[in-house]
Amino acid sequence: MDVEAAKMIGAGIAAIALGGAGIGIGHIFGNYLAGALRNPAAAAAQRGTLFLGFAFAEATGLIGFAVAMLILFG
Amino acid sequence: MVATTATEAVGGTGAAAAAEGHKVIDPIHQFEIERIIPIRFGDLDLSLTNSGLWALIAVGVVCLLMLTAPTRLIPTRLQSVAESLYELVFGMTQEVLGAQGRAYFPFVFTLFAFILAANVLGLIPGAFTVTSHIIITLALALMVFIGATVIGFIRHGAGYMRLFMPAGVPAPLLPFVVPIEVISYFIRPFSLSIRLFANMMAGHMMLKVIAGFVIMLGVLAGWLPLMALVAIYALELLVAVLQAYVFALLTCLYLNDALHVDH
Repeated sequence: MDVEAAKMIGAGIAAIALGGAGIGIGHIFGNYLAGALRNPAAAAAQRGTLFLGFAFAEATGLIGFAVAMLILFG
Repeated sequence: MVATTATEAVGGTGAAAAAEGHKVIDPIHQFEIERIIPIRFGDLDLSLTNSGLWALIAVGVVCLLMLTAPTRLIPTRLQSVAESLYELVFGMTQEVLGAQGRAYFPFVFTLFAFILAANVLGLIPGAFTVTSHIIITLALALMVFIGATVIGFIRHGAGYMRLFMPAGVPAPLLPFVVPIEVISYFIRPFSLSIRLFANMMAGHMMLKVIAGFVIMLGVLAGWLPLMALVAIYALELLVAVLQAYVFALLTCLYLNDALHVDH
């Protein structure tokens, strides 16, 4: 196989990691919203935890994105 | 690097196309380290690089903000920035570490302020992002990891090993739980550093790639990716602050393990 074509395929496979990050972030915000609507009084106190979870979920996907970019341009 | 040499070895149209592609979008270029003031002692290279320069600028900005902010009863805008940063980290150390957190507050605040300043200054177009290199973040994370481990052993002696043996786990499960706990302990500095570095590097590469789309599409259609660029820039601003917060919070959690091993 041509090296250039293999690089493109590899970068595409590495970008799948972002799908997992999308599921994770949606899960976190969805559950936060569900909890916040049940008990709005407690919602504000948990906003820090919400963004903490968001940061954790996003980081795993971004590692995949960084690998894809390194394959394409590195 | 390996991939580039492989393309060159194949030669022909592939390499030419790759070289042309690099001219339009080269998201890696912004992470190159250049010497600004070369300083050499024999084999030792102590040159001031663009990375070192921006690290110094970050320290300078933090010192300027925290030391020269006025101390009025009714805070000015600059003063309330400095005070809310202080209160954020102080509240975090109190919440996670309890009364003992006061002793570790200066360390956590220094880490937080440096990472925050480096992340946010890196978002200035043309600036160098200090935290986008794993050697910087790994050095910070190893400092936290080694420091927390030493504090744990000083405070509890060999009793610190209880950290690897969670209370209430049935004896037959211990051979499985203990190795997992040990591995997860030693993986901490890497997860801490990779989280920060990957976020910064991926964010800046994404900005560069989309900025490349703006140039490639020109005046007619270029405003579409420009809108996306503005939105992603706002997201990156959030990520820059969030990652500094996460780093400081995890530092607190690791210190908490070292201080209160019985919990």
